[in-house]
Amino acid sequence: MSDSNNAHNVSYLDYKGQYKGLSAWIFSTDHKRIGLLYLYTMLAFFSVGAILGLLMKTELIAPGATIMGPKAYNALFTLHGIIMIFIIVVPGLPAVFGNFFLPIMIGAKDVAFPRLNLLSWWLYVIGILIVLTSQFLGDGPPDTGWTFYAPYSFQTPANVLPAVFGAFVMGFSSILTGINFVVTIHRMRAPGMTWFKMPLFPWTLYGTAWIQILATPVIGITLLLIVAERLLGIGIFDPALGGDPILYQHLFWIYSHPAVYIMILPGMGVISEIIPVFSKKTIFGYKAIVLSTMAIAFVGYFVWGHHMFTSGMSGRALYTFSFLTFLVAIPSAIKVFNWVSTMHKGSLDMQTPFYWAVSFIFVFMIGGLTGLVLGSLATNVHVHDTHFVVAHFHYIVFGGTGYAFMAALHYWFPKMFGRMYDLGWANLGWGIFFIGFNALYLPMFFLGMQGMPRRYYDYLPDFHGGNIISSLGAWVMISGIIIIFANLIRSARHGKKTTQKNPWGGKTLEWQVETPPTLENFEEIPTIEKGPYHFGE
Amino acid sequence: MIEHRDDLASKMGMWLFIFTELLLFGMLFVVYAVYRSMHPEAFKLASEELDVVLGTFNTVILLISSMTVAMSITSIQKGNKKLAMTLLIITLVIAVVFLVNKYFEWGSKFEYGFNPGGEELLQLGHGTILFFGLYFVMTGIHAIHILIGVGLFIYVLLQLRKDKIHQTDYIWLENTGLYWHLVDLIWIFLFPLLYLIH
Ligand code: HEM
Ligand SMILES: [Cu+2]
Repeated sequence: MSDSNNAHNVSYLDYKGQYKGLSAWIFSTDHKRIGLLYLYTMLAFFSVGAILGLLMKTELIAPGATIMGPKAYNALFTLHGIIMIFIIVVPGLPAVFGNFFLPIMIGAKDVAFPRLNLLSWWLYVIGILIVLTSQFLGDGPPDTGWTFYAPYSFQTPANVLPAVFGAFVMGFSSILTGINFVVTIHRMRAPGMTWFKMPLFPWTLYGTAWIQILATPVIGITLLLIVAERLLGIGIFDPALGGDPILYQHLFWIYSHPAVYIMILPGMGVISEIIPVFSKKTIFGYKAIVLSTMAIAFVGYFVWGHHMFTSGMSGRALYTFSFLTFLVAIPSAIKVFNWVSTMHKGSLDMQTPFYWAVSFIFVFMIGGLTGLVLGSLATNVHVHDTHFVVAHFHYIVFGGTGYAFMAALHYWFPKMFGRMYDLGWANLGWGIFFIGFNALYLPMFFLGMQGMPRRYYDYLPDFHGGNIISSLGAWVMISGIIIIFANLIRSARHGKKTTQKNPWGGKTLEWQVETPPTLENFEEIPTIEKGPYHFGE
Repeated sequence: MIEHRDDLASKMGMWLFIFTELLLFGMLFVVYAVYRSMHPEAFKLASEELDVVLGTFNTVILLISSMTVAMSITSIQKGNKKLAMTLLIITLVIAVVFLVNKYFEWGSKFEYGFNPGGEELLQLGHGTILFFGLYFVMTGIHAIHILIGVGLFIYVLLQLRKDKIHQTDYIWLENTGLYWHLVDLIWIFLFPLLYLIH
């Protein structure tokens, strides 16, 4: 053990390679270190995004300008959206846990292209830096919202250019990660691991990676066209020159709807890992989960129009998009049935990751069902661009992806750091967070139905009641987040050391390697004989 | 750590990347199709303003360069390093010639005020403005790809000279070749769409 250069028996955290200090991380091609690089970057920016959100909620605690005016509010929701969507949830689970655990779970020593993987992280960071310059240079921070709708995005004097270009660069990073994962899964599964013996988290990463490859170029070119429009005035989205701003909306959502599945599919994968382990039961309907994952990835391409029901479309297009939107909800519902059936008659082990997983199912269902309200034409017209939409996507993106992220963090934490967190604090943090979360977002559904629009710093006095609850909820939720993060950060450095390989009784490969894993994960590549979830009941 | 080598994986990664490029240009083709169907007359007239002779010349040399890069790969497979390098240099020169032609072609458009935001262009109808907007965006993004190709050729040539690329390990050359075929292929679509259909 003393020889910290030997890749076989030294933990990836202690390994001393050719670089030292910080360079040993930011130039490391080890998939585990890259995963942690993403984790730390995201943690930092999530905190920024959360503070921006808290400021907005504080502004909305009373009608009129409370702590800021319209300009500041517009800048805040734009930056909040860009950070949360492009920096946090799109790379999200694949970049952190996919990088760390995909190779281990399929019995490989690394991803197919380790150096490309490092390049992805670098592009991601460069993209972030470019986005940040939009805040400080030029004529003020962008105020378009994260959607950069034309024609405003090339007419506003605000500094939209770096924000758009930064998002473009991050898209590049996302594509490269996608390519890396698809090739890794095709070429590097351990002997005996047939497609249907592959665990579900890798499966969802596979579906996600395909969407990353096939959808991201669309946003890439769309953002480039906005850049060209701003710099050169080519006219493609400019009605004054004959262009069509609605075309921008189409192109934007052709990517951005599939992108919501980039956000949620890996989360579904994490939940599919955790539920069987803490129910001590084989997952119910493994194949149904796999097929519904691929179905979502496929049908998800054909529903983008549901974001544009009020933008002007032919009647036939309207009901086609509405119908397909209802179709795409089915595979998600199938998964919910699978998870619930897995828990049915299981011997439940109530631990922190399981709390997160179960609450995921709860909030995900609220988010999904309200998605159907939005997907049906008549109701959409009533609540489009109101707080109802804001509540819907927070229940799904934050409730879904966010909860899954927390579940993953608490599930794999001991493996990643070789230390255990304090369970009491973790559970307390979860409880406070859960209460705050619902207090924050649930009232927004009602406010939206009453007609409170989104993206305004002010509102009619009629909406005051709901907003008070919502804003107080935000403060409660942030308290929960602080407890959770403080506990995890403290534990990563000073928590009780553990070398126990399998604290939760999991059956997938990551629980058979050392804790923390060695540099090369496996001394010998394992041969797989059984499916991934054999609990021998 | 020993770098593990899997040429098939590298090629697969390259093909996936090519997919993403096709989608990127595919969306431009969609935008082109939409506006062409809205302004068929203006697009027809505007496309007659383009220099078909120069365009044809560029098409021909680009096709030849696709052939030379393919031949370069075959040469390295046969272990003929010198021939591989010569063929690659020819490819590189053709790429540069293509860009020089493009420069003159664009230059003449600027001269006549047909650039985006140009005085002349803004006098004309919406269809013409959109055509030239698309013309500059599409050929511009394609030219950036040519430029990246030039960079790749230089890198591969250096690696060849240092014998880092050789008879049994030439995946960089092969993938660069794939990339170049893609750049060529996209031009094969751009050329008729912009210059030929009347
Ligand atoms: C049951 C499945 C779902 C259905 C039926 C659905 C439906 C919809 C509809 C119709 C809208 C447009 C509302 C409007 O603007 O009028 C919408 C907005 C949105 N959805 Fe969903 N959705 C579903 C799942 C998801 C998932 C899984 C995510 C992300 C992980 C998501 C994220 C969003 C976001 C971010 C928006 C708002 C975009 C914006 O305008 O800023 N949705 N959803
Ligand atoms: Cu959508």
